[in-house]
Amino acid sequence: MRLPLLLSLLGLLVISLFLASLMIGPAGLAPARALAALLRAEGTAETLVMREIRLPRALLAAMIGASLGLAGAAMQGYLRNPLAEPGLLGVSGSAALGAVIALQTGAAAAFALALPAAALAGAVVAVALVVLLAGRQGGSITLILAGIAVSAMAGALTALVLNLSPNPFAAAEIVFWMMGSLADRSMTHVWLALPPMALGWLLLASMGRALDALTLGEDVTESMGHSLARLRLTLVAGTACVVGAGTAVAGAIGFIGLVVPHILRPLVGARPAPLLAASALGGAAMLLAADIAVRLVLPERDLKLGVLTALVGAPLFLHLIYRARREGLT
Amino acid sequence: MPRPAGRSTLALPRASRLAALAVALGCATAAAAEPPRRVVSLNLCTDQLAMMLAAPGQLISVTHLAADPMISVMADQASALALNHARAEEIHALNPDLVLAVSWTPRHTVSMLRRLDLDVVEMPLAMRLEEIPANIAQIGHWLGREAQADALIADFHAGLAAIAPPVGDRPRAVLHNANNYTSGSNTMAGQILALAGLANIAEEAGISGGGSLPMEQIVMLAPDLVIQAQRYPGASRAEGVMDHPAMAALRNRGGGTLADAEWVCGTPHVLRAVARLTALRHPSTGSE
Repeated sequence: MRLPLLLSLLGLLVISLFLASLMIGPAGLAPARALAALLRAEGTAETLVMREIRLPRALLAAMIGASLGLAGAAMQGYLRNPLAEPGLLGVSGSAALGAVIALQTGAAAAFALALPAAALAGAVVAVALVVLLAGRQGGSITLILAGIAVSAMAGALTALVLNLSPNPFAAAEIVFWMMGSLADRSMTHVWLALPPMALGWLLLASMGRALDALTLGEDVTESMGHSLARLRLTLVAGTACVVGAGTAVAGAIGFIGLVVPHILRPLVGARPAPLLAASALGGAAMLLAADIAVRLVLPERDLKLGVLTALVGAPLFLHLIYRARREGLT
Repeated sequence: MPRPAGRSTLALPRASRLAALAVALGCATAAAAEPPRRVVSLNLCTDQLAMMLAAPGQLISVTHLAADPMISVMADQASALALNHARAEEIHALNPDLVLAVSWTPRHTVSMLRRLDLDVVEMPLAMRLEEIPANIAQIGHWLGREAQADALIADFHAGLAAIAPPVGDRPRAVLHNANNYTSGSNTMAGQILALAGLANIAEEAGISGGGSLPMEQIVMLAPDLVIQAQRYPGASRAEGVMDHPAMAALRNRGGGTLADAEWVCGTPHVLRAVARLTALRHPSTGSE
């Protein structure tokens, strides 16, 4: 498929899902009324619902989905491994640990930016560890083992911090930090996540050419004037920015960075650079769809997003491992 | 007065079958005749009623929850007693002659304590105001403090009767807790709200017990008053809903608090919460 056509179709899908996300909610507003309330500042209850409850939710779903799709495509391009993904490799989990520490120590209450900053720090540690461990010669097994170790450690420490909290609700929120949810997020969260996320988008998008060159081998990449060390640094910083900021406000959401690039790769002719843009749009569409689904399937229960993404993603992950083994990539 | 419910009465036939052992141990039947001297409570609600009724020195231990001012109205009194965590081993080590539990106490703890030959009695938890006097009477009977129980019940009835019936229009209020949890009219918190002369919007949303009311619906129902729970130390996303800008906008129209400690247990202290919430309606009745 021609790239402009693919990107327009994906863009259209994101816009329709974004509008659908704005239309769905327990208040039961008629679509025309909902849009009018969103656009006109009438000071009514409808305006409050649309601007303070539904808009931030839809914005965050698009932003975080795009971040995860982009980060997945970039990691897969750099590591040249279709199994790389921020959720599976423990990057999201470590970001969640950072966020939980910032919240429970009171740092986030004292200084709002401490929340994304701490999540970002957690993500940096994880993504740096994984990239260094997986290294140049590392195969799928090394990558997955590194991911399992980092995820397990981050998950255990998150559970520990929440169990030690004096807050009676904290321990029950382990599931939120591990599965993710966008329920009752506000514009405050949008503004908190946007700056680091935008920086991360720029960093990851700048990797396109070098990633294309990398498909021809590392020597070719270097001879074309791309520094591999700088590419790695860009990947670490960009991934940490987008995953850290997203996880800080919505918890760890897995599998989007795995599923989306996998589906879109054949459509862009397996070139990493166009895959970055396509995966960002695809990720936004997938998370918007998942967040619409959790509100339609079990509206009262705050079903976690990770449940839906894992239901789609885990079988695909198994299939990828099977194929990687058959092709001798291990 | 009704006989105490539950296993304390059922334990007697078993004790008589094991008469020889019972006599040798100095036995449950003898203990039933005179008031217990070492009473241990395993639940926040029995803790508070027992502290109100027990003779000096009779109650030797309450749960650590009773000493937590966030959820107990009698934290000062409780901190003077030994605090337990309702675990079988520590309860047994206290060597109680009566253990106060509730119907929600974990079954394995209760059965373990009974196997250790402790006398465990279970109080049903009061879910409504009307059930409070029976529970006071029940604890009074178990502790052999019927006179104190009768006096407390009389006080409670007098307190109820003294609440001025609501006049004029009733402001519409929502009880807003962590996770958007709210309480309808068929709950202790809901009854406190009604007695204070406030209309509960949970009714309009079809919630009569406890349940989660989505924030969108709360905003659309546009209550006059948002009555929120107190905040616990540390942080939680569950409580984060109380900071949401949409709820803050609603609270600007009118707000109050109802602490968990004030309604979580059915004790005469619930009347204080009623008095506090009654004050919230004066601004609106005054403006008529």
